[in-house]
Amino acid sequence: MIDYYETLRKDIRFVEGLNACMNCGVCSAICPAAEFFPYDPKKICNILQTKDNQLIEELLSSDYIWYCGQCMSCKTRCPRGNTPGLLISTLRTLSQKLGLFTKSPKGRQQYAIYKTVGESILTKGYCTHAEMIKPELHPEQGQVWEWYHSNLEEIIDRLGGNLNKPGSGALRKISDESIAEVNRIFEVTGGKNFFDTIDQFSQQQAKEMGLETDSEPFSSYFMKIYTEQDDNSNVE
Amino acid sequence: MIMEEKYWKNYQKEIPEDNYYYERSCIRQSFFPGAEKAFLNIMRLELRKDIIDDPDLHTCTGIGYHSDVVPLETTMTIIARLFSLMSEKGYKNFVPSCVTSFGLINEVLETWKHFPEELEKTRLYLQQATGRTFDLPETVTHPSDIIYKFRKELKSRMKYQLLNIKTGEPLKGVEHIGCHYSKVFPHAVVGSMEFPQVLSGIIQEWGGKVIDYPERRHCCGFGFRNYLIQANRGYSLANSRKKFESMAPYNPDFILTNCPGCNMFLDRWQYTIREMEGKTYDKHGNGIPVLTYEELTGLLLGYDPWDLGLQLHAIDVTPLLEKIGISFDPNTKYVGKSGRIIEFISH
Repeated sequence: MIDYYETLRKDIRFVEGLNACMNCGVCSAICPAAEFFPYDPKKICNILQTKDNQLIEELLSSDYIWYCGQCMSCKTRCPRGNTPGLLISTLRTLSQKLGLFTKSPKGRQQYAIYKTVGESILTKGYCTHAEMIKPELHPEQGQVWEWYHSNLEEIIDRLGGNLNKPGSGALRKISDESIAEVNRIFEVTGGKNFFDTIDQFSQQQAKEMGLETDSEPFSSYFMKIYTEQDDNSNVE
Repeated sequence: MIMEEKYWKNYQKEIPEDNYYYERSCIRQSFFPGAEKAFLNIMRLELRKDIIDDPDLHTCTGIGYHSDVVPLETTMTIIARLFSLMSEKGYKNFVPSCVTSFGLINEVLETWKHFPEELEKTRLYLQQATGRTFDLPETVTHPSDIIYKFRKELKSRMKYQLLNIKTGEPLKGVEHIGCHYSKVFPHAVVGSMEFPQVLSGIIQEWGGKVIDYPERRHCCGFGFRNYLIQANRGYSLANSRKKFESMAPYNPDFILTNCPGCNMFLDRWQYTIREMEGKTYDKHGNGIPVLTYEELTGLLLGYDPWDLGLQLHAIDVTPLLEKIGISFDPNTKYVGKSGRIIEFISH
């Protein structure tokens, strides 16, 4: 078995995030995810402190590490300087590197984030861009968004935008040189390899589930993981 | 009083006078582009400051990083490129419009302080990938910090105050500060996490009254992957709802935010609850208008509400405009860049 604990310790966020948890539960009291999901951040500290690789492997393969919303309220309030939110980041990174994320419904959702946010960074230079926010996938954006989205250039350019054009301004076209450098950074630092890892394990998972990943803009695998609730997400 | 002043000094932060390198926010420029335009105009035309809107800038990767598809090393090197561009253009004070970006840049700078070897590794990565070098910024300042710093100067130029024009009473504001502005590094915050002043200070300075309510510091519920994935969005909605339920008994006239994400969620989730349950959090069936700090500043300075982009809000802001006594032309609300009216079909 892989020594998961020692592998996690190589991530500086783990070193920063875990001192000595005394199990007071302040993080659990303040955590928005603990209030709405079957999740308890102090349990993350408890399990990691055991250094039990069997338990850590179960954690890496489960929905449990995917509930945190990364608000970092836990960082402000922990009297011992622990940050469960940082520990979650290290666990999620390792889960994806090892392909364990595809073992849980919440973990599998990473593919949809890579396909939207990840690809947008590499092609447009934005994490999110108004054009990406399709009204049919975002009913909560309402009629105002439908109006804005279907007349984007006319409206945004009145408001200081410069939609997909060179120069400064909101949602301008980011120069080819900048995009090339962003891509090169992703290659050199392992970001591109990380995307490829998410993609490969997800392709494999899709096949096992009898779903495809080729249709544009959204494959059957994408739509399943993007829209479907797993059985446990709304309990308590 | 002297003791109060002494202790209060511990909760202040250095906010630079001038020389600002502005980093646009992916969320704000997508959802509230007029707010960023207003901020640049306020800096240049009202306060006569040197601020650059650099066309070469790109994302800091913040949303990708906090939704865990971008590794830390990649994010640190992308941020290093942003710093390199800033040095190249001759600026020293980094001003990220986005609160996620503000928190992440502080996180990266703190990481480099605690782990100098990570800074060296990042320098090598950036050199190898782009041939670039970079200097660290002298300050990282959120634009809301700058508005707070110059709140008195701006007040002297304002056409309106946060007073009900009919009664003369102060308007009641709920301020909501982004978690990554205040909770990641409390020392980077005006007033720290315990007594954040950045928004309450401007509301009070401009005539309004700040509402304190039980869930004042609760997260808006963005939750990164918990909004990005449709199946998880209940988390985001439920957290905003918790705040609305808590603030509604105090009858706020408006909500003020400094984070682009919070602004969008506190607006859109009110719309969603109205559509789902027919419930609104005011007494008139409209909802509580939600403004960014740039929009509020622009409004009080007398900027046209539709040039600020307030027509992009799901919760109608006109009840607030009427309370303040701001005049506006309803006929120009849906006019586009070309000057033609773009029909808004309500269904």
